[in-house]
Amino acid sequence: MCLGIPGKVVEIRDDGALRMARVDFGGVRKEACLAYLPEVVIGDYVIVHVGFAISQLDEEEALKTLDLLRMIDEEGMAMELGAMGEEAAPAGAGPSSAPGAPA
Amino acid sequence: MKYVDEYRDAEIAHKLVDEIHRITTRPWALMEVCGGQTHTLVKQGIDEALPRGVRMIHGPGCPVCVTPLEQIDKALAIAARPDVIFTSYGDMLRVPGSTTDLLALKARGADVRIVYSPLDAVRIAAANPDRQVVFFAIGFETTAPANAMAVRQAARLGLENFSVLVSHVLVPPAMTAILESPTCQVQAFLAAGHVCAVMGWTEYEPIAEKYHVPIVVTGFEPLDLLEGILMAIRQLEEGRAVVENQYARAVKREGNLEAQETVFRVFDVGERTWRGIGTIPASGYHLRPEFEKFDAEKRFEVGDIHTKEHPACIAGQILQGTKTPLDCTAYGVLCNPQKPLGAPMVSAEGVCSAYHAAGRGLAAPTAFPLYELSRPLGEVPR
Ligand code: SF4
Repeated sequence: MCLGIPGKVVEIRDDGALRMARVDFGGVRKEACLAYLPEVVIGDYVIVHVGFAISQLDEEEALKTLDLLRMIDEEGMAMELGAMGEEAAPAGAGPSSAPGAPA
Repeated sequence: MKYVDEYRDAEIAHKLVDEIHRITTRPWALMEVCGGQTHTLVKQGIDEALPRGVRMIHGPGCPVCVTPLEQIDKALAIAARPDVIFTSYGDMLRVPGSTTDLLALKARGADVRIVYSPLDAVRIAAANPDRQVVFFAIGFETTAPANAMAVRQAARLGLENFSVLVSHVLVPPAMTAILESPTCQVQAFLAAGHVCAVMGWTEYEPIAEKYHVPIVVTGFEPLDLLEGILMAIRQLEEGRAVVENQYARAVKREGNLEAQETVFRVFDVGERTWRGIGTIPASGYHLRPEFEKFDAEKRFEVGDIHTKEHPACIAGQILQGTKTPLDCTAYGVLCNPQKPLGAPMVSAEGVCSAYHAAGRGLAAPTAFPLYELSRPLGEVPR
């Protein structure tokens, strides 16, 4: 019951004292209580546990993480190249191109 | 699916694995705390793709697995009463008690109902004023806000026929207990992302400092886990030990303050027994005195309970990370998901069922390390 994937809020209504939503998980729709995320509006993504939305997904942070992950390779590569010295750098990789290479 | 598919990208996963191999110079032992993380690690073969000597120890973070046998037996005793409608999350139904399980009781005529949310149990109570409705309130910090709200809602509605059998456990005291153990091998933790979504991570800061152990708050998708592992190993290699947050898209340092407010209005922190581990001080929630009338243990006299684990089951050692399911003689032979002997084989978050689903140690393996990453996992939250 700790597994939880993000779903999109598609409907919000008041059910007595509690604010409730319908949340779409890639086609499967479920009820979720929004009592703990009062700011959430339709279209937001939330993580739902046992019928309660406990966390709202932060778009900016999500993009930042993905950018970081995509960069990992380049960072690692740059360090590796640095360690190997100039000869190992592929032609045109920067100012350290092999001497005599066509300008 | 947004926020899901991007974090299952096979190409980035391979790059992350390469990067982990590149920075690792020594053997390390990391523990993923949460059973959901164990499930992804084993299913995707991530633990097997790590550098030789880097070991993932599976933590006690499966709520179904750590609910003590005594509580299961109490649940069975209450559910067997003719005046009771017993409600529970689905994954508790097949957990073996000393002599039977809830599903078998149901087959014999007991009114046992699966609910998706504890609010459903409150609704059932409101609709059946002549019956006693009991909800089995188990879980970690992730389910506590829901269970607390159900109690508050029942109080608001003035329900006299609703009660909860509480068995709530907390992650940080379990981590401390593991670190205090003389046989502890864990050098870094991946903390459970959704537990931290509720509680934040300030409680982990003193643990990281006192035991000099890196703690990385980590999500549940393959890329989350790989990045969490990378961040933890980077800290280990550099000799640092702080709390870092890999799962920034869902977790804030302070957590969800509204949820915490309700949890602490309804529950008090106190001693709890963990199945297979034993009693840990201040490691769980109990109902506060003002909500005592909703306590099923007080409402129903369940008598003396004598518990008995299956003799072959080594779940205790598995939950503490000192053994794996492959060390259990019953694994896959006497014990399988169709006929579980112990709780870790029941829940999808249990280590034994995660191993079994991936075909680990069975005649025909079914998992192919990392090649499956691009395939959707197809899980639907419960
Ligand atoms: S395989 Fe079954 S018997 Fe063995 S430890 Fe796991 S749950 Fe217990």
